[in-house]
Amino acid sequence: MQRPADPPAGLAFALGTQSQTIAFVVLAIALVAAPFITYPLFLMEFMCFALFALAFNLLIGYVGLLSFGHALYFGWASYLSAYAAKSWGLSPELSILVGTATAAVLGAIAGSLAIRRQGIYFAMITLALAQMMYFVALRARFTGGEDGIQSVPRGHLFGVVNLSNDMAMYFLVLAIFVGTFLFIHRIIHSPFGEVLKAIRENEVRAVSLGYKVDRYKLMAFVLSATIAGLAGATKALVVQIASLTDVYWPMSGEVVLMTLVGGLGTVFGPIVGSFVILSMQYKLAWMGQWVLVIQGVIFVTCVMLFRRGLVGELAHRLRIRL
Amino acid sequence: MATIFGIPSMALFGQLLIGLINGSFYALLSLGLAVIFGMLNIINFAHGALYMLGAVTAYLLLNYLGIGYWPALIIAPIVVGALGIVIERLFLQWLYKLDHLYGLLLTFGLALILEGVARNYLGTAGLPYSLPDLLQGGHNLGFMYLPNYRAWVIAVSLVVCFGTWFAIERTRLGAYLRAATENPTLVRAFGINVPRMVTLTYGFGVALAAFAGVMAAPIYNVSPNMGSELIIVVFAVVVIGGMGSILGAIFSGFGLGVVEGLTKVFYPEASSTVIFVVMAIVLLVRPGGLFGRRA
Repeated sequence: MQRPADPPAGLAFALGTQSQTIAFVVLAIALVAAPFITYPLFLMEFMCFALFALAFNLLIGYVGLLSFGHALYFGWASYLSAYAAKSWGLSPELSILVGTATAAVLGAIAGSLAIRRQGIYFAMITLALAQMMYFVALRARFTGGEDGIQSVPRGHLFGVVNLSNDMAMYFLVLAIFVGTFLFIHRIIHSPFGEVLKAIRENEVRAVSLGYKVDRYKLMAFVLSATIAGLAGATKALVVQIASLTDVYWPMSGEVVLMTLVGGLGTVFGPIVGSFVILSMQYKLAWMGQWVLVIQGVIFVTCVMLFRRGLVGELAHRLRIRL
Repeated sequence: MATIFGIPSMALFGQLLIGLINGSFYALLSLGLAVIFGMLNIINFAHGALYMLGAVTAYLLLNYLGIGYWPALIIAPIVVGALGIVIERLFLQWLYKLDHLYGLLLTFGLALILEGVARNYLGTAGLPYSLPDLLQGGHNLGFMYLPNYRAWVIAVSLVVCFGTWFAIERTRLGAYLRAATENPTLVRAFGINVPRMVTLTYGFGVALAAFAGVMAAPIYNVSPNMGSELIIVVFAVVVIGGMGSILGAIFSGFGLGVVEGLTKVFYPEASSTVIFVVMAIVLLVRPGGLFGRRA
C-alpha cells in the first residue's frame, strides 16, 4: 500500500488525497440529491449499513483484526435505542446516544477478551461472544423475544423537528453519516491511526518500538463497536423496529460481505459494498432463501478472484487511492 | 425417589447423558476442525454445514433410495468427504499462501451456499429420521433409563475420537502428517506427496463431520440450520481447548457437553450461554486455552 501524501492544509487535510476528496464531494452531492429521486427509507437504511461496514472496516482494514461478531454491537445498540425511545420516551438524540453508549460498553468488554488471542482465534472469539449475546437477547424480557420491539416512535429531534417526516429523518441520518465518515477519516490519518497501521503490518515490530499494542487494539475495537452501535441505534429509529435479525450471526456475516465486496481497507469500499448488497437484497427479495445462496456465491467469488473488491479494483486500475 | 443436591437423580443423570451426547458431537467436530487446521491452516467454517449435509444425505438415502441407517453411516461420510476433496482442489489449495482470514471467509461463503440450498429443498423445519431397529428401546440401569441409541452414540464417538488420536499420534502415517505440519518443504524433500496428504486430510476431516451428522440425525431431526448453530458453539470449544492438541479437543468437547448438561439441571436459563461464559473465563485466566500451546 502507498504511503499517504503529506498532509496539506485546509479541507484536503481532513479528507486525505485529491482523489478521495473528489469522491467524497461526489458522494455528498449524490446523497443530498438522492431522496428527491428515490425512496428515502431505502437510502436511510443504506447509510446505516454503510456506517456499520465502515466501522467493521476500521478493524479489518487498518488494524488487521477480523471481527466476526459485529452484529452484537449493531443489534444491541438498536435494541437499547428502540427501548429508550419507546418505553422511556426519550428524545431521538438521547435514544441514539443510549444505544451507542451500550455498544461502547459491550465493545470494551468483548474487545478486552478477544484481543487476548490473535489471528483466527480472534474471529472465533468475537463470533462466540456475539452468539452468547444473541441468546441473551432471545431470553431477555425487554427485547420482546421473537417479536422484537415494534412501532418505535421517531419523536422530535431536540424537541423541535418532527422526525416522522421521512425527509427530516433523512437529513438527520445524512448528518450522522457524513459526520462519522469524516471522523473515521480523521482517525485513520492521525498519529493514532498510523500506529494502528504499524500494528497491522508488523505487530512484533510495533511492540519492540515500545507501543502498548494491546491498548491500541482495544481502543480501535471500542471505537469500531461504538460506530457500529451508532449505526444500529440510528437504524432502529429509521425502520422503527429492533429485532433478533440484527443480533444474529448472519448479520455479522453480512457486514463482512459488504466490506469484502467494496474492498477491505479502502476508504469508500464499505459504502459501495453496502449499497450493492442492500440493493441486491431489495431486488432479489422475491427469491427467498436463494438470496443466501447468492450471498455465498459472492463470498466465494470475491475471495477467489476479486480480493481487492469493487473500489479496490477501481483504485488499482486508475492508480489512485479511494 | 433418590435426590442429589435436591435434584431428582433421574433428572440429573438424564441431563448428564444429554450433556455427554452433545459433548460427543462437540468432540467429533472440534477434532475435525483441529485436524484440518493443523494441516491446512484454515478454520473450516463450512464444518457445520458439512455436518448438516451428512445428516441430509442420510435422510435422502433413506427416503429416495431406501438405504437405511447402517449403510448411510458409511456412504454419507464418503460422499461428503468426496465433496470435501473437490472443495479443497477447487478452492482451498489456492489460499494457503494468503492470510488465514481468506480461508475463513471462503468456507463461510460455502456454508451459506450449502445451507441456502438445503433450505430451498427441505424447508426450515426439522425432518424426522427414525432410529435404526437394532438400537430401539433402552435399559433401566436402576438410577436412570439409558436409551440404546444414546449409549451407542457416546460409545462410537469415543472410539472414533481415540481412533483418530491413535492414527495421528501413534502410526507412521500420523508421523508423516505431524512432520508435514511442522515443515512441509522438508517432508516433500523426503519424497512424500504433501499436497495429496493435505487434500486427503481435508477430506477426512469433512467425512468426520458428515459421520457426526448421520449419528445426529435420529436425535436432533434433520434440519438445514442444524450445523450453523452448532459450529459457533464448537468454535467456543476450540478456543477453550486450543487447537494444538487432539486429546485437548476431545476432552474439552466431552467436558463442555457435560458442563452444559449440568447447567440445564441447576440453572436452565444459562444453558445456552454457559459454554461462551466458560470461554470468557478461560480467556481471562489462561488466554492460550486449556491444552493449547501458545498461539
